[in-house]
Parts: sequence; structure tokens; C-alpha cells
Amino acid sequence: MQLARVIGTVVATVKNESLDGRKLLVVQTLNKDLQPSGKPLVAVDSVGAGIGELVFWCRGKEASFPFKREDTPTDCTIIGIVDSDFHVTQGASYQRRIS
Amino acid sequence: MILARVLGNIVATQKNVRYENASVMLCQQITPEGDETAYTVIALNSVDAGVGDTVLIVQEGWSASTAATGKPGAAIDSAIVGVVDQIDLL
Repeated sequence: MQLARVIGTVVATVKNESLDGRKLLVVQTLNKDLQPSGKPLVAVDSVGAGIGELVFWCRGKEASFPFKREDTPTDCTIIGIVDSDFHVTQGASYQRRIS
Repeated sequence: MILARVLGNIVATQKNVRYENASVMLCQQITPEGDETAYTVIALNSVDAGVGDTVLIVQEGWSASTAATGKPGAAIDSAIVGVVDQIDLL
């Protein structure tokens, strides 16, 4: 799993029928300092995330497990919403840089 | 499996139901020599690893899910399955 920021939404009218009703979001993966790392991805949402939220996503086949139809074709699914940026702790003495 | 160092933990109230009672840890992959790489990964903790520990992370769904929750089939792709005491290299 990796941390990411939701930076957009995707609308796709024509898609695989098992993706019907699923929310597609653009996520930017982040590093430990919550700075962007790598290219943005499109993820299927399973927890009700929205734009701007800090989330974590699951890769690979396991990404389809949150859905009842396990044949949902996804390799990137948002599975948790981090409560806030300050809920990513890095030891007691770590001071997060507020940008 | 990859070698990683535990950086801290992550609090998420709203998460997949299979993550209930699991501890979610932020980890940084390291080389066998102990140098940090650029890859940051989130893993569920199945062995009570703490901040600063060098750990083994399995990145395969069946193993990760079984180790972290006791059952396969959860949306988990990474789990901490061991705390490394020592690495010997030739």
C-alpha cells in the first residue's frame, strides 16, 4: 500500500459493467514527507474518498477484494482515508514541515 | 520480501472493514547495507514492530492478508512479517 493525495476525478461513461457505479479518482502517490513521488494514477474508490484527502491505496489483484464482485477489473483501489496529515507520524521527535 | 525500516504509524478511521484492529505502519525500503531507498510503503503490522525497527515486508496478497488478519482475501498487498536482528553480507 502507498500514501497518496486525491487530486481529481475521472468520468468514464463507457466502461466494464462491473465498474458501474464505482467512483474513479486521480491519485498522486506521496513519499514519507508527503511530497509527490512518481506519476499520478487512476484508482477505484472503496471508502468514499474525495478530492484533497490523504488516502492509501492497494495495488495488484488484492485491489479488487473490497468489492463483492471480485472480478472488478482494478489494480489500484483506495482502501483507507488518513484522518489528517498529522496522523502520519514518524517517531516521537519528528517535526513535520508544514508547507 | 523486502527489507525496510519502520518510520511511523498512520491513523485512518475510515478504512476497509478488514483493517479493523490492525496497525498500519509507514515504512521505507532500505538496502541490505542499511541505506534508504526512495520507495515508501505502507504495511500492516503482524509482529508488533516499532518505530526504527528493520523489518521484513512481504508484498504478495495471500501471504500478507493471512499474516496480518489471519485470513486470506483481504485488500492487503503488504505486511510486516518479521523484525530483523542482523544482516550478514559477504
